[in-house]
Amino acid sequence: MSERERDEHSGTETTGHEWDGIKELDTPLPRWWLWVFYGCIAWSVVYWILMPAWPGITSYTRGTLGLSDRSAVAAELGALAKQRHAGEAKLRNASLQQIEADPDLQSYAMQVGQSVFGDNCATCHGAGGAGAKGYPNLRDDVWLWGGSLDDIRHTIAVGVRSGHPAARGGTVMPAFGRDQMLDGRQVDDLTEYVVALSRRKADAAAVGRARQTFADQCAACHGPAGTGDVARGVPDLTDGEWLFGSTRAAIRDQIWNGRNGVMPTWEARFSPETIKALAVYVHANAGGAAEPIRPAQQEGAGTSAAGR
Amino acid sequence: MTVVIDKRAAGGAGGQPAGGPVSAAERARAKGDAKGSLYKPRQPIYPKLVHGQWRRLKWALMILTLTVYYVTPWIRWERPGALPDQAVLVDFFGRRFYFFGIQLWPQEVYFITGLLVIAALSLFLVTALFGRLWCGYACPQTVWTDLYIYVERLFEGDRNARMRLAAAPWSFDKLWRKGGKHLVWLGVAFGTGGAWIFYFRDAPTLLVEFWTGRAPIQSYISCGLLTATTYIFAGHMREQVCTYMCPWPRIQGAMLDEHSLQVTYRYDRGEPRGAHKKGADWTGRGDCIDCNACVVACPMGIDIRNGPQLECINCGLCIDACDEIMDKVGRPRALIAYDSDSAVAARSCKTAPTYRFVRPRTIYYTVALTLVSGIVLWGLVNRAPMTLHALRDRNPTFVRLHDGSVRNGYTLKIANRTFEPRPVAVSFAGVPGARLSSPGEPEGVVRTVVPPNEVRAVRVFVSAPAESLTAKSLPAAFTIGGPKGDVKAATTFLTGAEAP
Repeated sequence: MSERERDEHSGTETTGHEWDGIKELDTPLPRWWLWVFYGCIAWSVVYWILMPAWPGITSYTRGTLGLSDRSAVAAELGALAKQRHAGEAKLRNASLQQIEADPDLQSYAMQVGQSVFGDNCATCHGAGGAGAKGYPNLRDDVWLWGGSLDDIRHTIAVGVRSGHPAARGGTVMPAFGRDQMLDGRQVDDLTEYVVALSRRKADAAAVGRARQTFADQCAACHGPAGTGDVARGVPDLTDGEWLFGSTRAAIRDQIWNGRNGVMPTWEARFSPETIKALAVYVHANAGGAAEPIRPAQQEGAGTSAAGR
Repeated sequence: MTVVIDKRAAGGAGGQPAGGPVSAAERARAKGDAKGSLYKPRQPIYPKLVHGQWRRLKWALMILTLTVYYVTPWIRWERPGALPDQAVLVDFFGRRFYFFGIQLWPQEVYFITGLLVIAALSLFLVTALFGRLWCGYACPQTVWTDLYIYVERLFEGDRNARMRLAAAPWSFDKLWRKGGKHLVWLGVAFGTGGAWIFYFRDAPTLLVEFWTGRAPIQSYISCGLLTATTYIFAGHMREQVCTYMCPWPRIQGAMLDEHSLQVTYRYDRGEPRGAHKKGADWTGRGDCIDCNACVVACPMGIDIRNGPQLECINCGLCIDACDEIMDKVGRPRALIAYDSDSAVAARSCKTAPTYRFVRPRTIYYTVALTLVSGIVLWGLVNRAPMTLHALRDRNPTFVRLHDGSVRNGYTLKIANRTFEPRPVAVSFAGVPGARLSSPGEPEGVVRTVVPPNEVRAVRVFVSAPAESLTAKSLPAAFTIGGPKGDVKAATTFLTGAEAP
């Protein structure tokens, strides 16, 4: 290698490249920088040994520390489960009524229930559980499928028309108008009849005309007096509660199209303890009327407790 | 009375005398315009040990304050149940502050605020009356710096020996003296940080946890942080903390006036100063023999004869130094003394000095201090043992029931600040015919037992019949029976009725 040219001004060697009389200096790297750089190279070798580093065809080098995000998540979930273990055991070993009657257990169940409700149920029933058109209000005292702790727990477990073998909702409301079971005039008269059932002003002549139609078509499910049937989830038409709206137009639309509510089964997604906590949360927020304390029994999945 | 004092007129010794020790601050000021640096170079200060009443008081206060600091966390105080038995404890995990018989919740932080206001006003009052006594005697910076200088003196000797050692080349002697000093300093610093953490966790438990590596990470971090700051502040920064970092020297100007007692050089008596031969006549000259004993004793590195200065912490060590000299030369003591500007001015005008402790500002401070202390004390004595908060559900705001009645949901937070469980019965008033219920309870009954030192949340529902729904919102209130009478929480009942 030949002697390299030195810049006379700075005393630094040049690279020999020249553009229009300007020469590029070959300034050496600062020592400290160079040593940090070598240190990084040395460290990267250590890193390859300790940590997951090199990709392979089907796998990768795992490193001697055995770290991975997946195992870290698994460890955290395990720790969480351990932390929740005591609380879950208490929920498992107490009946719903015992949970609600014990202030500490109730408070624990309410906290679990609130978080689960917010994540899963609030989408349809609303964050406060007040429901929406087509989705029942869970805060009042009107229950399509029964408002006892056991009823609520069972509904959450199996769902409504959910495809679960024990799902609630074998009975469905027919689409009287759309399926041409009744003609438009008959549906109009029935609407007046239903309005009259809920103790509102209605056209007396229309109510008279619809009396026989109601007895023939509706009374089988809604009962001769229109008070519904909780066992089959049939709504009471005489109270102030309307799932699909209280106006004449809304009532007529429901008779014509016969919509039926659907709720998923949560049995596969939640543990029985979580469903218990959720049931207590929903029941307590709906007033939580005290129920006779039943001893804790083996309450398994919704299917085994499915009485109806 | 405001007197303009022209010190140069009194003595004519405005400039520094040639030779002899010069105050460190003086030297620093001279070098202050050092080129290239934004900061004044620090002049090392080697305070000389003095003997006298103020030095003895400082030793006594140092022992007292350090004893209080180290012993307090170890005082036990029986509390019932699982509550901590430490007399003074800031329990972050349990969110409680314990101080002997008093136990504060985070919501009652205003008592701490009150205490800080009391401390500030006391500081104002003391400063207005007697100058910066806090700085000179009780401030941790002063106490620990004094302790560190004591250690330094043990290893390196007094002022002259220390200066010699600093100038000497490195040798075994210098190495072990310096090394030993820093080791002991670090030990003291660690002891300081180590004692601090006991205020935040049961001291005997934490001591074992700390040395077996099972203490919370916060304990180690706090201990390390305080070890570092103690070592740096008391060992290396010393007077710079007071002069540059602390805001108090700047604030004090607003509290001091010409009647405040401060460490004062009585120039009326001292000037004109000058060297004095034994047996020479004292007529026609001042009592200051310009020996610089006050300058070399000063831990802040100032010359008190230049008048009141920002750096002066009012510690009185120069008084002791000067008194020793005055005794030796046979002049009366107190050439430097706790005195007021107005008294010095009066004497220099040959009139009798007057001391006024009752002044508008001391009256203001006393009144404010009495007022705030009274309020805090009254609040502490009348602290509610139980509190009740009613949080009305906001989603849904109300629920209409099948019979036309309307229900509102509430969460009641009942706090029991006593050490015994408290059974409570909740009642509701404000809506005619309203029915009260709680989940899991028979209708009409809301009872619970609030565990000691805890808050219990109780879900409560109020249902009002249709005929009571007279307005959109009805004022209402929950009440519980407490040990000092009923506790009430105002709230509203929303009816869902349209506004008329």
